[in-house]
Amino acid sequence: MPDKFEPLIIGFTCNWCSYRAADMAGLGRMKYPPNLRLIRLMCSGRLDPTFVLKAFADGADGVLISGCHPGDCHYLEQNYKTQSRYLLLTRLLASFGIEPQRIKLIWASAAEGAYFAEQATQIVEQVRALGPLNWHTRRTLAKAQSEQLSQGLEEVPA
Amino acid sequence: MSKPKFAMYWSASCGGCEIAVLNTHEKILDVDANFDVVFWPVAMDAKYKDVQAMEDKSILLTLFNGAIRNDENEHIARLLRRKSQLLVAFGACATEGGIPALANLSDKQSIFDTAFNTISTENPNHILPQTRWTMPEGEITIPEMYPVVKTLEQVVPVDYYMPGCPPESHQIAAVIDLVIQVLQGKAELPPKGAVIGAGASTVCEECQRARNEKKITQFVRIQDIKPDPTLCLLEQGVLCNGPATRGGCGAACPTASMPCVGCYGATDGAMDQGARLLSAVASVIDARDPKQVEQILDGIPDPAGMFYRFGMSGSLLRASKDAWKG
Repeated sequence: MPDKFEPLIIGFTCNWCSYRAADMAGLGRMKYPPNLRLIRLMCSGRLDPTFVLKAFADGADGVLISGCHPGDCHYLEQNYKTQSRYLLLTRLLASFGIEPQRIKLIWASAAEGAYFAEQATQIVEQVRALGPLNWHTRRTLAKAQSEQLSQGLEEVPA
Repeated sequence: MSKPKFAMYWSASCGGCEIAVLNTHEKILDVDANFDVVFWPVAMDAKYKDVQAMEDKSILLTLFNGAIRNDENEHIARLLRRKSQLLVAFGACATEGGIPALANLSDKQSIFDTAFNTISTENPNHILPQTRWTMPEGEITIPEMYPVVKTLEQVVPVDYYMPGCPPESHQIAAVIDLVIQVLQGKAELPPKGAVIGAGASTVCEECQRARNEKKITQFVRIQDIKPDPTLCLLEQGVLCNGPATRGGCGAACPTASMPCVGCYGATDGAMDQGARLLSAVASVIDARDPKQVEQILDGIPDPAGMFYRFGMSGSLLRASKDAWKG
């Protein structure tokens, strides 16, 4: 077991601004923790909330969503839809018991490599402070528990 | 020649599925004419031990409604799986968890506390259900409640899924007809794992209300407005689950000026009905300022209960953190 918990963060970036921001952070050799795995979408508006739920269900501890600045969307105003979906999604996740700090939405232009790196560092530290989400472990645990219960099944008297 | 055998069982459910079957009116006589009803606790007297005594695979068709809430539910699910050739997850509870699965948002302790220890309950000694209790006459048992509600499929393999809360009677009648035709060699069964008695697309597809571009600045509850009978309910600010709910019901609720509650579950190809609903609902919000969006979102007091009213067990996250801890 490593001494320090290393969170797994899935990042969704749009093709036009924020992926390029991440690229720029790389080109500029700016340092940010390696816990972030990026998935490039054509637009942050492509982000189906299902993707976020699947990330959490399959073991992510946090999710970073990033898109173009308001007004700069390549598809006119899809990032506004992303914003509404993000705000509703955090409310939904809160009622499931997932802390809102595990999901973050940022706007980063192609020129904002340093900002991207800083925000990536921030969510990694934020999630590190919260500890692991462990949704998949919880699911396995619950499955094991109910299997244990069903092994104890007896014939039910009629 | 003896008739093929038919069984129907309810586990964690309200009984509406049974009523829906009886609501097929004279079609129920076809069931009797073509099948030997061997087990149907709501309609006739039968004992579990009678089912246990049957040969494996001796029941042709079993309609199983209700979610898996306790070990008795699971026991009978396993038993009926063993005895049946075709096991149909019947209704929203069996297919996706249904209303009982909303309890997955709480843990077992708080469910017990709410049911037995609140001010409306006369329980001075705070007695909670015990699975075993010794009486002078001997030990008695009641089923053990599971920490989470599960779908039928999460416990045993299922052949077909029939969604709905409850499935529409005309759909049940169509399915009964089909099975009878299969018995007579006039039709073939759909591929295993298919959703039967429902459409493939959404409720919106079947809804006759006029749809324009949706832009919402406020969510309202249906009882607080007098809805325009011809215009899309979502456009009027009423939360309607039609955009991400499987059709087949003929858009019964929106036609009667009630918003779709989502009982037919996710459409073909959708992994998580709630997430798709959330996506659709959030996209119609006509605001750019995050503060304003938040204000509009305050009109959705319980997003989890709204978007997963019938699909909590079958959803990607399935339940809350607390519920999974037991």
